[in-house]
Amino acid sequence: MLFQFEKRNSASRALILATPFFAIAVTVLLSSTMLLLQGKSLHTTFFAFFIEPFESTYAISEIFLKFGPLLLIAQALAIGFRAKIWNIGAEGQMIMGAVVASSIPVYFTDSESIFLLPAMIILGALGGMAWAAIAAFLRVRFNANEILVTLMLSSVALQILYYLLLGPWKDPMGFNFPQTVMFQDAALFPPIIFGFRLNYSLIIPLIFTVFVWIYMERRFGGFQLVVGGLAPNAATYAGYSSGGAVWKSLLIAGFAAGIAGMSEVAGPIGQLQRSVTSGYGYSAIIVAYLGGLHPVGIFFAAFFLSVIHIGGDYALVTADLPISSVHIFQGLLLVTYLASYTFVNYRFRSRKAQREYIESSAT
Amino acid sequence: MTPLEFFLSGTMSAATVFLLAALGELVAEKSGMLNLGVEGMMAISAAVGFVVTYQTGSHIFGFSIAAVAGIFVSLIFALVSITFLANQVATGLAVGILSLGVSALIGKKYESLTISAPDPIFIPGLSDIPFIGAVFFQQNIVVYCAILMSVMIAFCLNKTRLGLAIRACGENPKAAEALSYSVWKIRYGAVAFGGMMAGFAGAYASTIYTPLWADGMIAGRGWIAVALVVFGTWKTSRIFLGAYLFGMVTLGELVVQSLGFAVPSQFLTAMPFVITIVVLAIISADMSRLRLHAPYSLGETYDGSESR
Repeated sequence: MLFQFEKRNSASRALILATPFFAIAVTVLLSSTMLLLQGKSLHTTFFAFFIEPFESTYAISEIFLKFGPLLLIAQALAIGFRAKIWNIGAEGQMIMGAVVASSIPVYFTDSESIFLLPAMIILGALGGMAWAAIAAFLRVRFNANEILVTLMLSSVALQILYYLLLGPWKDPMGFNFPQTVMFQDAALFPPIIFGFRLNYSLIIPLIFTVFVWIYMERRFGGFQLVVGGLAPNAATYAGYSSGGAVWKSLLIAGFAAGIAGMSEVAGPIGQLQRSVTSGYGYSAIIVAYLGGLHPVGIFFAAFFLSVIHIGGDYALVTADLPISSVHIFQGLLLVTYLASYTFVNYRFRSRKAQREYIESSAT
Repeated sequence: MTPLEFFLSGTMSAATVFLLAALGELVAEKSGMLNLGVEGMMAISAAVGFVVTYQTGSHIFGFSIAAVAGIFVSLIFALVSITFLANQVATGLAVGILSLGVSALIGKKYESLTISAPDPIFIPGLSDIPFIGAVFFQQNIVVYCAILMSVMIAFCLNKTRLGLAIRACGENPKAAEALSYSVWKIRYGAVAFGGMMAGFAGAYASTIYTPLWADGMIAGRGWIAVALVVFGTWKTSRIFLGAYLFGMVTLGELVVQSLGFAVPSQFLTAMPFVITIVVLAIISADMSRLRLHAPYSLGETYDGSESR
């Protein structure tokens, strides 16, 4: 190779902070090129993406509506990623959380009990955890790769959702649309501001973030998880169980994703329908990385990606940009982030400079 | 064609998608590179292959450009994970997400359009044999090419110097470099080969097996191909068998539906994924066998710092 990387003696802290911004800059540059090739106006597009989401109170409230589930799931996934436990099936865990939580308003359509919502939160969490537990069990007991299992489980969860919506749970008065009845008010989170979709479910991700931050940074537990994932043997010698790290990572992720799924059906959607996840399960992977797998970083990354999501909705209307452009932007962001992160641990060195270095040290 | 003939010949056709992609992933993994972007590479190639074939009317042209697209995407993965030393799992996922988005963009104007699949080849004599002719000798030429590829890849990996070099990079890159193999060149090559094969698989899916484009049409088949490499414990012959088994499972869905069994279609669609999970658990439970066959340095970033 013309150049190569040389390991730094210690990771550069300044670059850890700079990397996400550098990745965003490169991604904006690359997507600008793609937009120009498609003959789109850069001004209109970037206005839609970065300015329009802040132009009205409603738009800002919608940003926070996306922020909640992204933050919640990303915080949980990061715990696993830090320990090199690759749960990429948050999408499926989210679906199962939404499905199990929906069973209450679907079967108790008339109940106005105040216990309805708390029961749904608990069931949502349990649904997500149960789905994640399958992957944890298969990984710990049978050594089955959790990447493939969690991903396959997402496909299975989607089919379960479709089955319920087209069969037993279909709204009999719904003109054959694949969706359940609209939930009663007692099964919905109350809005924070009347007339807006933003609701009190936002509190859960915020509390969760604080807990994760305390857990990862202040407690010894964070260290245990990291060791268990990185080096199974070392973990066994030190007396922590590697299986324990797998269980913990997956159950926490299932818990968070399940509640996120429940918050969608008991929040902005108000019923169980096909598009219950909005792709949060995958976006959260990008949020977790862009936030440097750190609770505080993830907080800001989740906000940034929420803006992108809302901006994408505006760009769809004002700049006639297809919805896939948001996925492309996210994908580019993660690719450039991963490439840029190299500079945290390595420094650049051209072949020539290295040869000179070797020669000078030889004399 | 009798139902049984239809089932068996359909199995061969469905299996070819899995086989092509899994063979490519096998070569990449043998060199130590775990590329999880197979699904994305297939999606882009399927879109590109369809668009090119639709516009030019030439399947050969469609296949070639699809392969180029697959190679291009795989080189992005190689650049980030080999040159920039990023984690292979995360990079594969990232490239996968990116390519799924790009495939939707490429195919947007072609959503739900169809083209005609090329006629299967007809071998005078063989294709006329009752039953055997209908099952084995009325297939598209790509089906035979994929089988031929399996044999060639098995031979190349196990019996040639190139195969030895690829395997050395996957087992112990430091030792491979000490033997004056260029690890990064070999890994780039193996990943690009995987991209080309995923490109063929995608093009086969969108222009021959089901000659249409629909967003998300790869529908997890790339991931099953990745799982097949584990099922086959990194052996070409077993991966071949696995691909045909999953071809059969895919066809089983059609058969059960056509026979009019009252099974919800969602149950049948979920079947390949459930079977993948079960088989994965059974195969992986035997730790010693996995350890014996999995490339020792699979998925590990190699920065070469210690040997230089």
